[in-house]
Amino acid sequence: MHSYFWLLIGRWEATEVDEAALGDSAADKLGVRASDTFVLTPTPQPKDDFQEELVIRPLHSGDIYASFQFRTLWETDFMRENKVSHYRLFPKSLGQVISKFSVRELHISFTQGYWRTMQWGQPFLPSPPGAELWVWFQDSVTDVDAAWKELTNVLSGIFCASLNFIDSTNTVQPSASFKPLGIVNETDHRFLRYATLPREIVCTENLTPWKKLLPCGSKAGLAVLLKSEKLFHSSFFSQTVHIRPVCQDRECKTTSWELRQTLNVVFDLHTSGQGKREWSLFKMFSRTLTEACPLASSSKIYIDVTDNPQEEYFELSPATPLLSQAVVLGDRRTFSVYDLTQQVTFGTVRSLNLLIRWKSTEGDMLRPLLHAERYVAGYGLQTGEIHTVMYNNHPFRSFPVLLLDSVPWYLRLYIHTLTVTSKGKDNTPSYIHYQPSKDRMRPHLLEMLVQLPPHSVTEVTVQFERALLKWTEYTPDPNHGFYVGSSVISALVPSSVAMDTNITQEQPLFSSFFPCKEESSYFVRVYTEPLLVNLPTPDFSMPYNVICLTCTVVAVGYGSLYNLLTRSFQIEEPNPRLAKKIANFIRRIRGVPLLS
Amino acid sequence: MAAPLTLLLVVAVTIRAALYRSSLAEVIAERVEVVSPITAWKRVIEGLALLDLGVSPYSGDVFHETPLVIYLFHFLVDYAEITFMLADVISAIALYLAVKEYNKQVVRKKQKFALEADRYPQDCLELIRSPKEMLYIPLKVAMFYLLNPFTILSCVAKSTCGLNNAPQIITPHCFKISFAVFLCLATYQSIYPLTLCAPAMLYLMQRQYIPVNYRRASFWWFVVQYLFMYLGSLFVLICLSFFLLGSWDYLPSVYGFILSVPDLTPNIGLFWYFFAEMFEHFRLFFLCVFQINVFFYTVPLSIKLKDHPVFLMFMQLAVISIFKSYPTVGDIALYMALLPVWSHLHRFLRNIFLVSCVLLACSVLFPVLWHLWIYAGSANSNFYYAITLLFNVAQILLVSDYFYAFLRREHHLIHGLYLKKKDGSEATLVLK
Repeated sequence: MHSYFWLLIGRWEATEVDEAALGDSAADKLGVRASDTFVLTPTPQPKDDFQEELVIRPLHSGDIYASFQFRTLWETDFMRENKVSHYRLFPKSLGQVISKFSVRELHISFTQGYWRTMQWGQPFLPSPPGAELWVWFQDSVTDVDAAWKELTNVLSGIFCASLNFIDSTNTVQPSASFKPLGIVNETDHRFLRYATLPREIVCTENLTPWKKLLPCGSKAGLAVLLKSEKLFHSSFFSQTVHIRPVCQDRECKTTSWELRQTLNVVFDLHTSGQGKREWSLFKMFSRTLTEACPLASSSKIYIDVTDNPQEEYFELSPATPLLSQAVVLGDRRTFSVYDLTQQVTFGTVRSLNLLIRWKSTEGDMLRPLLHAERYVAGYGLQTGEIHTVMYNNHPFRSFPVLLLDSVPWYLRLYIHTLTVTSKGKDNTPSYIHYQPSKDRMRPHLLEMLVQLPPHSVTEVTVQFERALLKWTEYTPDPNHGFYVGSSVISALVPSSVAMDTNITQEQPLFSSFFPCKEESSYFVRVYTEPLLVNLPTPDFSMPYNVICLTCTVVAVGYGSLYNLLTRSFQIEEPNPRLAKKIANFIRRIRGVPLLS
Repeated sequence: MAAPLTLLLVVAVTIRAALYRSSLAEVIAERVEVVSPITAWKRVIEGLALLDLGVSPYSGDVFHETPLVIYLFHFLVDYAEITFMLADVISAIALYLAVKEYNKQVVRKKQKFALEADRYPQDCLELIRSPKEMLYIPLKVAMFYLLNPFTILSCVAKSTCGLNNAPQIITPHCFKISFAVFLCLATYQSIYPLTLCAPAMLYLMQRQYIPVNYRRASFWWFVVQYLFMYLGSLFVLICLSFFLLGSWDYLPSVYGFILSVPDLTPNIGLFWYFFAEMFEHFRLFFLCVFQINVFFYTVPLSIKLKDHPVFLMFMQLAVISIFKSYPTVGDIALYMALLPVWSHLHRFLRNIFLVSCVLLACSVLFPVLWHLWIYAGSANSNFYYAITLLFNVAQILLVSDYFYAFLRREHHLIHGLYLKKKDGSEATLVLK
């Protein structure tokens, strides 16, 4: 029972004994090797734990939101002298990355589609369209830029993505918006790097390596549902990886590394529901569930039934007696829970196919308290104006938000044109951090703290000028336009119910990502739409012509000046005609006087 | 002559003030022909805004003016319009006085030559202007400067080009020490006036009757004195800028920017499209070739025109405005203001009609083709590029035409106006 003991100690939360026992039997199934290591080495065996979770939230629009969360916890120290070499649940590829580049925190997301906050509410874990990567390095790293460069290339290989296009022109160091989410001992933003690739297209080749990081792969557990032909036939798809050190217990004496993989997907009623308001696991994922991942200590499905206490909107089958409540995004939600580690869940057919059938199309969604959108105003290819509009829908509370904008250098921002207005009045930001761009070197970074008055719309505008680039700097389809990454709005939004500040208490995974410091507010990050901006283009077909023509003009200038500088005026003596010349030549030979 | 000049100044200031009050001012301030990335007022304001935010204006790539300008406007930003009008007025008065001074010198020289009998051939008398003919030239020059649409546009757009022009104009008017100071101020603003060093030196020598003779010690002594003052004041200015901002950041951001042309915003010059379309591995080579163009005419021109420093200065100003990396119409207005001084050359100009037509047509076509490319989307960059090419060809022809006419007149002054062939028939003059 050694491994049972270690597992019990190593658990993140206090868990029920029978659950732990199940985890134990799973570990035993894995093989003898783990216990062998324990016997051979005097150091205790690495204590790790894996949990998986699927949250399904029926949306009022008739769409459905499914969020997968996988968490691997491992009590180890990647930074110690002798390298960690024995991996069990934690993926070795990421572990090596952490120790090689001295990474403290790593957050990466790949998203296809845009999360429509006004229709769908807040997501459990927001992400901007395209790829986003932000990394906190250990303060022992001396050359952060070099480490960042190498890290992006390595990650690009791991996730089969174009992260290698991250360079100094799209990397910024936000001063306030991206604080470490794990254990904090240093928040000097010199060790932070943030970059987005709004143009990145996410597809199967990114999903496959992501699935391989899971302990069970896509062989067992919730991950069997992740079939790419269905996942990418959706309105929104997002997969993320978050690595951070977290506290093991309340006193934070020991730390462990948390790897959190999430996958969020919104299925569209009209594209895959054939117009019928009816969803099932099989319809969504073309699979049903038959077992939990044997390595997982917990494996649960949550269905959000908060708006549906008497089953008036939709009915759920098979029904479950288990209900659970969690405070998520400032709201107390009720969930029906299906525990996949219990054989009862699968019933007599030994397979679980959850079915949600709508009864009525009525219903009103609670408007999200914070919402933002962004667009480009102006016409023509010379100048333009970026408008960021932020909505505070709280009826009586105002709250501050941090707005982060990272704009590429080829849109030259004019910071003196920055205006912030709410309710028709100037709203001066209490904090502005602005780093102007350097051509072909670094982007603009604009961060500001704005107080949003209650029930108001705040508009931030800033003018820019479009640069003409060298012909080799344009993308292959220059008239498609250039993408500008989403602005990031981070806020502590007033909560209507008391938030859970006790981090060690058992919570569903989806509600425990952002650490919560106070009860009265909760942390939200909102991403706006990315922008697509057209730039003036030169004619790509005629570099030779341009070189020739311009050089000709310069030569005309040179030639005419040279002519005037070197020659002098002389009286023109008409040239004798050719016949006369020849005649004179013959006459000279003959010794006769020449013709005049 | 004070009354017409005053009237002119009043008219010029009124036009500018009226335009400042109109909605045209904003449109003009955005025109790429009028403002360049260096001189745009919007960028000066941006630099001030960055200073207010506690960010060095040179840490970004928006502000490229010199530290002195930003400090000037740190205090004068509320009086910017008055400052720019004042700069134009001062420039015009300086031009007026300088040309008056030059005319006096010309008359003196003529009298000297007339005393030494037979210095001019008899038939050349019609080439020599009488003081009466020259009376209105200074006023015309001031008028050409102040009422030139290019200058007015430049002033209304608050292009700092007007400020850069002022020291260049004041230069030929003053005495030795202030001469060097103003010239170095102009150099400090935009490197290129460095080439005006030669005409300035020749002009001063002429005034002090120092012959340009390489074997004479007095010549070299003067050159050393002059260069010492010039470089000394340049050094002082550069150090002053350093102490104003406490860093050397401005050197790459101002002079590096002028020389390496990283900003390819369209303008009326030759650089932007050429370097937008350049192959990357030839970029440095062509950059050197194009930049040398401004500087390397200095030596041959100074040798050829060593007795005519003011015409040499005119040539240099024209060469700078054609071949500089971020030209604006304000630069063109500067050398065009001097055209009335050479009104006596008109009989020798060969294609002035064609050139003026092309220049006028181009000035009209610039905004038209810009609109078609940038706003209407019905033309592409080649259209605008073609007009810049034509505009520069016209400028080159204009300058070389004046140069030709000047040389030809000098030739006639020595050899007589009506040249005869050996056989007595009328001769035509050719360059050989």
